[in-house]
Amino acid sequence: MARRALYFRAKELKTGVGEAKDLEIAIGRIFEEAWEEPVGPTPFPSITDLREWDFKLLSRYRPYYLPYCDVCCLCTFGKCDLSRGKRGACGLDLRAQLSRIVLLACCIGAATHVGHARHLVEHLIEKYGRRCPINVGGDAVEVEAPVTRLVCGVRPKTLGDLEDILDYLEMEVTHLLSCCHTGQEGHYLDFESKVLHAGMIDQVGMEIADMAQISAYGFPRADPDAPLVELGPGTVDLSKPVILVIGHNVPPAVEIVNYLNEHGLYGDVEVCGICCTAHDITRYNPKAKIIGPISWQLRFVRSGIADVIVVDEQCIRTNLIEEAKKIKAPFIAASEKNCQGLPDRTDDPADEIVDDLVSGRMPGVLILDPDKVGEVAVKTALKVAPLRKKFKALPDVSKVIEGAKKCRGCRECMRACPNNLPITEAMAKAAEGDTTALAALYDDCIGCARCESACPVGLPVHSYIVTSAERKMKEEKFKVRAGRGPIQDIEIREVGGPIVLGEIPGIVALVGCANYAHGGVEVAEIAREFAKRRYIVVATGCAAMSIGAYRNEEGLTPYEEFPGSFEAGGIINVGSCVSNPHIAGAAIKIASIFAKRNLRANYEEIADYILNRVGAVGVAWGAMSQKAAAIASGFWRLGVPVIVGPHGSKYRRMLLGRKDREEDWYVYDARTGKKVYVGPCPEHLFYAAETKEECMVMIAKLCMRPNDTSKGRAIKLTHYIDLHKRLYGVMPDDIHLFVRTKADVPLTMKDEIMKILEERGWKESTIPDPTLLPRLIRRREGEE
Amino acid sequence: MSAEPWQRGEIAGPIKATVIKKPEVVAALVKRAKRPIMVVGHKAAEMDVGGEKLIDILIRIAKTANIPVVATAHTVKEFLSRGYTPAAWMPAVDIGQRLMDPEWKGLDGQGPYDLALFVGMPYYMEWVILASLKHFATHMKTVSLDKYFQPHATWSFPNLPTDEYRKQLKVVLERLGG
Repeated sequence: MARRALYFRAKELKTGVGEAKDLEIAIGRIFEEAWEEPVGPTPFPSITDLREWDFKLLSRYRPYYLPYCDVCCLCTFGKCDLSRGKRGACGLDLRAQLSRIVLLACCIGAATHVGHARHLVEHLIEKYGRRCPINVGGDAVEVEAPVTRLVCGVRPKTLGDLEDILDYLEMEVTHLLSCCHTGQEGHYLDFESKVLHAGMIDQVGMEIADMAQISAYGFPRADPDAPLVELGPGTVDLSKPVILVIGHNVPPAVEIVNYLNEHGLYGDVEVCGICCTAHDITRYNPKAKIIGPISWQLRFVRSGIADVIVVDEQCIRTNLIEEAKKIKAPFIAASEKNCQGLPDRTDDPADEIVDDLVSGRMPGVLILDPDKVGEVAVKTALKVAPLRKKFKALPDVSKVIEGAKKCRGCRECMRACPNNLPITEAMAKAAEGDTTALAALYDDCIGCARCESACPVGLPVHSYIVTSAERKMKEEKFKVRAGRGPIQDIEIREVGGPIVLGEIPGIVALVGCANYAHGGVEVAEIAREFAKRRYIVVATGCAAMSIGAYRNEEGLTPYEEFPGSFEAGGIINVGSCVSNPHIAGAAIKIASIFAKRNLRANYEEIADYILNRVGAVGVAWGAMSQKAAAIASGFWRLGVPVIVGPHGSKYRRMLLGRKDREEDWYVYDARTGKKVYVGPCPEHLFYAAETKEECMVMIAKLCMRPNDTSKGRAIKLTHYIDLHKRLYGVMPDDIHLFVRTKADVPLTMKDEIMKILEERGWKESTIPDPTLLPRLIRRREGEE
Repeated sequence: MSAEPWQRGEIAGPIKATVIKKPEVVAALVKRAKRPIMVVGHKAAEMDVGGEKLIDILIRIAKTANIPVVATAHTVKEFLSRGYTPAAWMPAVDIGQRLMDPEWKGLDGQGPYDLALFVGMPYYMEWVILASLKHFATHMKTVSLDKYFQPHATWSFPNLPTDEYRKQLKVVLERLGG
C-alpha cells in the first residue's frame, strides 16, 4: 500500500476528544499543522516511489560495469562462475551481481550513518531532553533541514522529532538490504534504482546526525567565520599528556573536553583527533587539534606521541589495539559497534579502570558511557604520561639502515602497495645509508601497512618510511577552518541567481576519504585552482583536512588564503562526513529559496531542477569506504555528478553518459513542451578520473547545465577551454556540443572557436527552460 | 617471469589471460587484426624503459603498424609534445565503455575494433577496464602491453624486469616492420 494513499488533510477537525486545525495525516504519521507549503507527491518515499525518476537518470547515464570479481560466493549454491554471460545457480548474471554488490556497499554506508545518527540522537536526548530545539543557524537558516524536508515532507523542531525520521530510515535500509538476498531482485537497473534510494536515505541520516550535534553541542551554526584550528602532528605540545581520539561519533571526545574544563585541566592536557571525530571535536572546542585524515592513523600512533587512545566508530584501523600495546598507550573503545574484543568496564568505578590501564594489567577496555570515557581518559593520561615517555614504535634511522640490509629485494612490498610505490629501490638505497628515497615515499603513502604484512623478512616497512620522514612529520603545522555547518539562507539568495544563470561557474564539493593515488596535496591543488577561478569550493571530512595541509608561497594555508563564506572564490569547510548534506542542502535551497520551488516531499521536481540548472559537482578524490559510495549515490539521485580518483574505479560501476549519442541529450522545454537538444550537460553522473589533470578538466566540464544563460555558458566554456589547453596542451574536441548560440562563445576565443564550429557543421539551437519531467510542461505546442 | 597478478590481491576469476611467451605473438596479433586500436594511459610518459620513456616506443609501434591511438587522462599533451597526434583523447572509463559497445562505430565511423592494446594506466584501473571487456565485449580481444601481468586481458606479458620488457617491446616493433 502506498503511503500517500492514506494521506489526508483537514483544515479544521472537531471530535469528541478535542479540536485540531490544519491537520495532515499520512499512514498514521501526523504532518505538521502550521506549515503552509503543501505536501508534495512523495512523502517518506518507499523503495519504488522514485523508480521512474531513477530510470530517467539511468537511461541517460548507463551503468558501465567494471567487474572486480567474476564469481558470486554469497550463498551455498556458489561459488558461481558468472563470467561471459553465465548465470549463477540463482539465475543472476554478472551485471545484476555487480549492481547487487554496489547496493550492498551503499546499504552498509547508509546503515552506518543512520546507526551513527541513532546513537547520537539517543545520547543527546538523554543529555539534553527530547524537547531540545533544533537550531542549526538561528535566524540565518530558516530551511533548517532541506534534505529531510525534501525527502520526508516534515520539518523537525526538536531532538525528539528526529526519532520518527530515524524510524523511517531504518525501515528503508532494512528493505533495501533484504533486496540483496538470494532470489529477490534480479535486474541490474532495479538494483541501481535501489542504490539511488540507499543514497537518498543516507543523506537524510547524515543530516539528522549533524543537525542533532550542532543543535545540542552548539557547534558553529552556519558560521562563515568559524575559527581557524590547528592541523598536523607538529601542532601537538609534546610536554603535555596527549589524548588521541579517532573515529566519527563525537560524544566520548566531547566528554573528555567537558571533564577537562570542569576540573580546570584543559591547559594541562592536549586533545587531538584523527578523521571526523577530529573535525567535530574542534567544532565543539577550537583549542583541540586535528592530526589529519584517516591515513595518518598508523604513522601518528607509532610516533608514540599519544598517551591514551580513544576510538569510537567508523574508519578506525581495526588492529589499533595491537599498535597501542607497542607504544604502551592505554586504549579505550567507546562504541558498541567497535568493541575490539575488550572487556566491558562500563559499570565499573572509574578509578579502578584507571588503575588497570595505568598499571598495564589491562591494555585496553570497552566503556560504553561517554561520561565515564571522559573521566577515565583524562585521569589515565595524567597518570600514564610520565611513565611512558620513552615508548615509540618508530625505530631510529640507524635501525632503519640496519633493517634495510636484510631486505631481499623480492618486491613483495611493492606488489602489496595500493600505489605500487617503489619501496624496493628505496630500501636498497637505505641499505647503503641513504634514507632520502624512503622519506620521499611519505607523501604518497596511504598508511595501510600492507607492505609490512607482505614482507617475508618481517621488516616494519611503513615505520621505516615514517622514520625517514620524521622531521617532515614533526614540521607539519597547518590551519583548517572549523566545520561551519549549513549554508545561510541569505548566502543562497545572493549566489542563487549567478549559479543558476551560470555566472558563478560552479560549486565544487571536495569530500571523502584519503585513499589518494598521489597524496593529499592534489586535493589542495584542485581546491585552490577552482577558488582562484571564482568557483565556490566546499569541503568535508578527510578532503577538508587535506586542503588545509598545504601552504602557498606566502606561507598561507588555503583556509587563510580564501574566505569561508559561500561565495565565488570561497573555500568552505562545512564539517565532518555527516555534514555532507549541507552541500546537497545548498543545492536544494537554491531551488527552494532562490527559485521558490516547493520543497516539501517534492523530490523528483527538485532533483530535476538541480540536474538541469545547478552547476555543482562532487569530487571524492580519495574515496575508499562504503559510506563514500552511499554519499555519492545520494548526490546522483539529486542530479549532482561525482568524480572519484583512480582507486574509485574499484567501486565496480560508473554511470556514464555518451556524448556521441545525440538522442540521449534532449530535454523538454517547459515553456512549449518541445524536445530540445542541450548537449551532454552534465556528461557523466559517476566517473573515475585517472589523474588530477583529468579531474580538473572534467570538473569544469561537468559544471555546465542546460539552463546556463549565454553569459554563463561563455564563462564556463572559458574555464573548460583554458584548463584543457593548459593541462592537455590542445583545444577540446567537443566544444561544438556545448555551444548553443553564437552568444555562448567566449569573446576572447571567438575567431578560434567559430572556425571549429564551422568545420564541425555546427548549427545554432535554442536555450530551453529545461526539464525531464513532462508534468512540468506549462504549455504544449498548439495549445492556447 | 611470473604470470601472476602483479598486485597480489587482484586475483582474477575462472578465465585468465594467455601469457605472451614470445613477443612475436603480439606482432602476429596486430597484423592479423582488421581493426586494432591502442589505448595509452599517463604512466607511459612516466615510465623509463632503458634510457627512454615507454611512450616513445609506443609511438614507434603505433606509427609502424598504423594503429590509431587513444590517449587517456592528460597523456595527449605528452604525445603532442613529441610531435605525434593521437587519433583521440578521452577518459579511460569512456574508451572502455565505448569498446564494450558492439554498436559503436569507432573513432572513424568505420565500425567496431577487433583488437585493443592497453598500456600505461594505473595497474588496478587497467585491471577493471580489461575485466569489463573480458566479460561484456565478446566481439573483441585485448592485449596488455604493460610490464605487469594483467589477468583479464586476452593476452598479457608476464611480470617482467625492465630490461627484459624493453627487449620484448623492441622485438614487437621489429616484427611489425619498425
